[in-house]
Amino acid sequence: MTHPVAIIGVGWSGFRPVTPDVSYKELIYEAAVRAYADAGVDPRRDVDSFVTVSEDFHEGTSIFDEYVPDQIGGAQRPVHTITGDGLHGLAAAVMQILTGRFRVVVVEGHSKASNILTLPHITAYALDPILNRPLQVNPLAVAALEACRYMHESGATREQCGAVVTKNRRNALRNPAAAYGADLRTEDVLASEVVASPLARLEISDHADGAIVIVLADAETARRLSPHPAWIRGIGWANDSPSLESRCWARAVYAERAAAMAYKMAGIGNPVEEIQFAEVDDTYAYKELQHLEALGLCAQGRAGPLTREGATAPDGCLPVNVSGGSLGVGHLLEASGLARVLEVVLQLRGHAGSRQLGDVYTGLAQSWRGVPTTSGAVAVLSNQLGGRES
Amino acid sequence: MTQRIASYPGTALSEEDIERGHVLSVHDQLRADYAWDAGLAIGLYLDGLKAGVILGVRCRRCDRTVVPPRAFCEQCFAPMDAFVPLADVGIVNTFSLCYVTWDVKRIVEPLIPAVIDLDGTSPPAGIMHLLGGVVPDRVHIGMRVRAVWKPARARQGAITDIRYFKPLRRG
Ligand SMILES: [Zn+2]
Repeated sequence: MTHPVAIIGVGWSGFRPVTPDVSYKELIYEAAVRAYADAGVDPRRDVDSFVTVSEDFHEGTSIFDEYVPDQIGGAQRPVHTITGDGLHGLAAAVMQILTGRFRVVVVEGHSKASNILTLPHITAYALDPILNRPLQVNPLAVAALEACRYMHESGATREQCGAVVTKNRRNALRNPAAAYGADLRTEDVLASEVVASPLARLEISDHADGAIVIVLADAETARRLSPHPAWIRGIGWANDSPSLESRCWARAVYAERAAAMAYKMAGIGNPVEEIQFAEVDDTYAYKELQHLEALGLCAQGRAGPLTREGATAPDGCLPVNVSGGSLGVGHLLEASGLARVLEVVLQLRGHAGSRQLGDVYTGLAQSWRGVPTTSGAVAVLSNQLGGRES
Repeated sequence: MTQRIASYPGTALSEEDIERGHVLSVHDQLRADYAWDAGLAIGLYLDGLKAGVILGVRCRRCDRTVVPPRAFCEQCFAPMDAFVPLADVGIVNTFSLCYVTWDVKRIVEPLIPAVIDLDGTSPPAGIMHLLGGVVPDRVHIGMRVRAVWKPARARQGAITDIRYFKPLRRG
């Protein structure tokens, strides 16, 4: 990458199951103040552009993008909103900097999921109104259908999915920001009630409230301002064909394509060799396994056995979701991808506290937009440009 | 029908089928219910309205007082926590005589939305409300108005705790 872009500041507030004490604006403001202090920038003077991510139906306000500038310091400045995951927002920010017209760009994502009283209805409204919605099936079933086919083809077992849950909930115990840390046994997961087979309640991430703000800069500005820039070596995003009738139900094709795009940009030929740890979408436990295979971090059908053997634990050869993932941190709606990026940045800086991994220099963050979508994004970050050798 | 085709495939369509929405449209209803965490600043504002007080907030750094209050200054990005009671008197910044309701029904007596810059705000900052107790044709920019409150026991901590603003002098 000839003109690298780096993350020079991160800030977050939350993550908690409910946040009755603050409005969404106050929640975002807290994250933004922290991010700007971390980056050493004044948003009213130093930030050239702001990118936010949100869905109107999650906010309860039409044209929600009009409500974002004040609390991120973006009033009277270039601001735009993407209806996608936070990693899509990150990709947009990278592109803005690559144009050469912007030096410092901010990305914001948040969740006030506790305020959405009918979230399953909102999600059901994402289904095709003529072909799918009249069947009145809970949208969770879309994930269940995928889990069924994925497990059939990959050989992944319920025990292996359960191992994802116990690992991520336990990892969350070492993350002060995580909402759902717990010490569970696989039997606890398997014994929780089946919601839509093969998915049991504890395999489904609960939502949390929170906000994440990330400050990006071009190479020159990053070197000047930050003692520990996290370089975005590669970023990619992709959509599969979304039709429930003809999509691929076994593989996460969107993640395969997004990863290929990010790896190409990063010059990564063998991700197993070069990616040391990963934060991947685990909205449902099987998703972590499916995504690891899609990202090429293990062979097809190997993610489950590796998880059972402990290879994806913090002391394993490929630590996955050391933050706790969505299962442990809480699902943050559009901010979920930014939560994955946040952990990668903290790990690369050596700022991850008691969950710090030893000697890491390249990590991966991956997001999925949730049911019923087939879209996601991937970012590869390093604390050194050009890998370890440089 | 021609000699070769006895009947055409498909179902006959009548004008009534179209009018009643049996074809060409799908009816559905979204259940979208939201709670609303008002937060610190708007929470205090609504609490004040219940007590019959309009609260503003002062930014010490920008040396200005704004309403409705907010927890941070959108101009200098500093936190704001100097909440101050404001007079319920101000001047009409802008207004409209509105002859359609929000659900697009024609009305004879207009609804008069207005932004009222409250005394004590700097630069003049206003709240969006309604004018009442006034002959519509007499409303003008710069008109001085005062809040007409609901009786204390009827107030709920809502923007509608103020019924409307009416002219200080007879309009
Ligand atoms: Zn100010």
